[in-house]
Amino acid sequence: MLKDITLGQYFPGNSLAHRLDPRTKLILTVLYIVILFCAKGFVSYGVVALLLLTGIKVSGVAPRALVRGLKPILFIICFTAVLNLFYTPGEALASFWIFTITKEGIVTAFFMVLRITMLIMGTFLLTYTTSPIALTDGLETLLGPLKRVKVPVHELSMIMSIALRFIPTLIEETDKIMSAQKARGADFESGNLLQRARALVPILVPLFISAFRRADELAVAMECRCYHGGEGRTKLHVLRYQLRDYLVLAAYGGVLAAVLILARLGM
Amino acid sequence: MSDIIRTEHLTFAYPPDEGKDPVPALDGVDLSIRQGSFVAILGHNGSGKSTLAKHMNAVLLPGGGRVWVDGMDTLDEALLLEIRRRVGMVFQNPDNQIVANVVEEDVAFGPENLGVATAEIQARVAAALKAVGMEAFTLHAPHHLSGGQKQRIAIAGVIAMEPACIVLDESTAMLDPAGRREVLDTVKTLNRDKGITVVLITHHMDEAAMADRVVVMDRGRVVMDGPPREILVRMEELREIGLDAPHTVELLHGLRQEGFDVPLDALGIQECAEAILRALA
Amino acid sequence: MKPIIRVENLTHTYGENTPFCRSAVKDVNMEIMEGEFLGVIGHTGSGKSTLIQHLNGLLRPTSGRILLGDRDIWEDPKKIRDVRFRVGLVFQYPEYQLFEETVYKDVAFGPKNMGLDEKEIDRRVRAALAFSGLGEELLEKSPFDLSGGQKRRVAIAGVIAMEPEVLILDEPSAGLDPAGRRSLLENIRAYHREKGTTVVMVSHSMDEVAENVDRIVVLANAGVVMSGAPHEVFSRAQELMDVGLNVPQVTQVAMELKRRGVDIDPAVYTVADLRAGLAALKGGNR
Repeated sequence: MLKDITLGQYFPGNSLAHRLDPRTKLILTVLYIVILFCAKGFVSYGVVALLLLTGIKVSGVAPRALVRGLKPILFIICFTAVLNLFYTPGEALASFWIFTITKEGIVTAFFMVLRITMLIMGTFLLTYTTSPIALTDGLETLLGPLKRVKVPVHELSMIMSIALRFIPTLIEETDKIMSAQKARGADFESGNLLQRARALVPILVPLFISAFRRADELAVAMECRCYHGGEGRTKLHVLRYQLRDYLVLAAYGGVLAAVLILARLGM
Repeated sequence: MSDIIRTEHLTFAYPPDEGKDPVPALDGVDLSIRQGSFVAILGHNGSGKSTLAKHMNAVLLPGGGRVWVDGMDTLDEALLLEIRRRVGMVFQNPDNQIVANVVEEDVAFGPENLGVATAEIQARVAAALKAVGMEAFTLHAPHHLSGGQKQRIAIAGVIAMEPACIVLDESTAMLDPAGRREVLDTVKTLNRDKGITVVLITHHMDEAAMADRVVVMDRGRVVMDGPPREILVRMEELREIGLDAPHTVELLHGLRQEGFDVPLDALGIQECAEAILRALA
Repeated sequence: MKPIIRVENLTHTYGENTPFCRSAVKDVNMEIMEGEFLGVIGHTGSGKSTLIQHLNGLLRPTSGRILLGDRDIWEDPKKIRDVRFRVGLVFQYPEYQLFEETVYKDVAFGPKNMGLDEKEIDRRVRAALAFSGLGEELLEKSPFDLSGGQKRRVAIAGVIAMEPEVLILDEPSAGLDPAGRRSLLENIRAYHREKGTTVVMVSHSMDEVAENVDRIVVLANAGVVMSGAPHEVFSRAQELMDVGLNVPQVTQVAMELKRRGVDIDPAVYTVADLRAGLAALKGGNR
């Protein structure tokens, strides 16, 4: 069923990775990406891989779930690999017709695939171990200082969390409307592109109307519960850094430094 | 005891379609609801019952006349938050009033808006979830719950604001019988144990039978007002304004015509059977 | 009477090979007779929605089969759309599927998909609206300007206009007030009477089903637990209550009287029948 699709899915758990402050995890993810892009040679990539493996181990997330997350971007990975494989100039190893495979090509392709794969897996680790609500909370607090320059941080995070809340509801609704129109003989599977686009009207119109109706009702319900913007709002859970957050951040800082040095040495 | 809600000559009309005269949705409603009572407001769709409900916590403001909530005039904008804190509202569609992804976060939404201290919010959330019997679902995602459970979460969200009154605006209309029972049992308990005033807007007669007082609306006016035993037996009048009397009442009416000496107000199953037994003996 | 639809060993499992795997219906066998008015009853989660979506081929059985006439509806998957024209399904809260600019166009959506000519479509749209209790003055109105009850009727007309051999309605009266419910059910009964086609009504209200149908199928825990005429089903009232269903108030009163030693049929389900039964008793006592 449609509603079973995974979209940056969260796996509840109680590992160290789950217990880290969401702000820490957001910072770590950014650092991780920086480290990944600094890595140059086998040794530095090795360090990043070790970092990722440690993350996976600590989070207790099944590696299978991470690999499954790669599926949607498999095409991009292959495309990048092929492109790098054939279009990197250097020492030719084999060639046929207009294609030439170079030694440098193999190396670059290998590193590119490695980089994309590790990038995706690393960011997935964040969404797998952090509930959407903690994530929005973390973002809101981290970006808090921007309020001073008139960025509507509270509103943005409210929008994000309500959007997350309504994704399953709207997916289910789409499913239902589709079935109802199919019951009246609607056909979404045949015809050319234009016909198919037109066939979506009986789904999109009711879906939009329903989304507006829901928004309207939700707004009234929120006002009834005394919502009046972010001003003077308190929180059920206040984020507080623990010792573990500082330790993990320090360790990451160390790794970043090490990779930078290794990269400098061309390793 | 004092009145938690009082309306005086309340009138209201929705903005009309172009070129048409406004049709009053409320046409001079005078109603007082006592603190701690359980009042059912009955009426067919379009009778004005939901419009009346929305005046009880200033979602709508009077077109004419006044509404007081615990002595506060709903027209006074400075009192808006306090009015809404005291009179909580539960709506029809369970999906469209749940704000958060996690049950406890949703229940906390009201107190968070009111600026309640964190430790106090946590205590209130726990107490509210316990009061509606949903403490086992504290960390669940609301979209996996049944309709009745979602409505209980919505009730908990209201309770966490420590209100004096809960208005249920057709909150049982989309539920199946089991879900309806869950919600009704919950509000009945809250009314009995915590003294919270309950205003139940409905068109189900068996739900109205649970209340202390039944107010029947038709065309924007209150047309009947009294204890269920007096109101629900007026079969003909109810039918005329698009409502049904409970089947027990219908049966007792019929039996009277057959020469049975039975009262009309034996609303419950047991009571009804006993009345018939007496008449047969 | 011969069966128009036969359900044979139907099982449907959602999320197979995942941790969320569960069977919504399991090994269901049932028949729907030509021309009958059948009530399907069950609480939420009993599998009734899953079951009815198999009857018009919206869902495909995990195992088992659905026969329409004598043919397996999945014999030729390419022709499944024809099955949907022959078995019309009105979903719960169908008013949320309306999308066209006018009532006329919305009701014509089904017949148009069938590839009928303009004249035939026109005839069907008008006939369907009449059956649903709507006046012709609404034809050119936008469906979104109508009242909730009228929208529901437009949506039902949209399925009736396909002139299906079997009309299935999932909770047609959900959310309507007593007068609205009464008049909609009257329209459905009249449709059944005049068209003579098979009607299946899914509901969780025992009172509603008891007053309208010829036969009841009771679903619980993904399977059929009872089927028969209302009187037969209500004679097993205790079992119904055990699977979490209500029995009509009248039946409950009769059961209570029987328990207290009154010689009365405990399976009556209409006010008129119980009244007549008690009147006869009183006459006998005299």
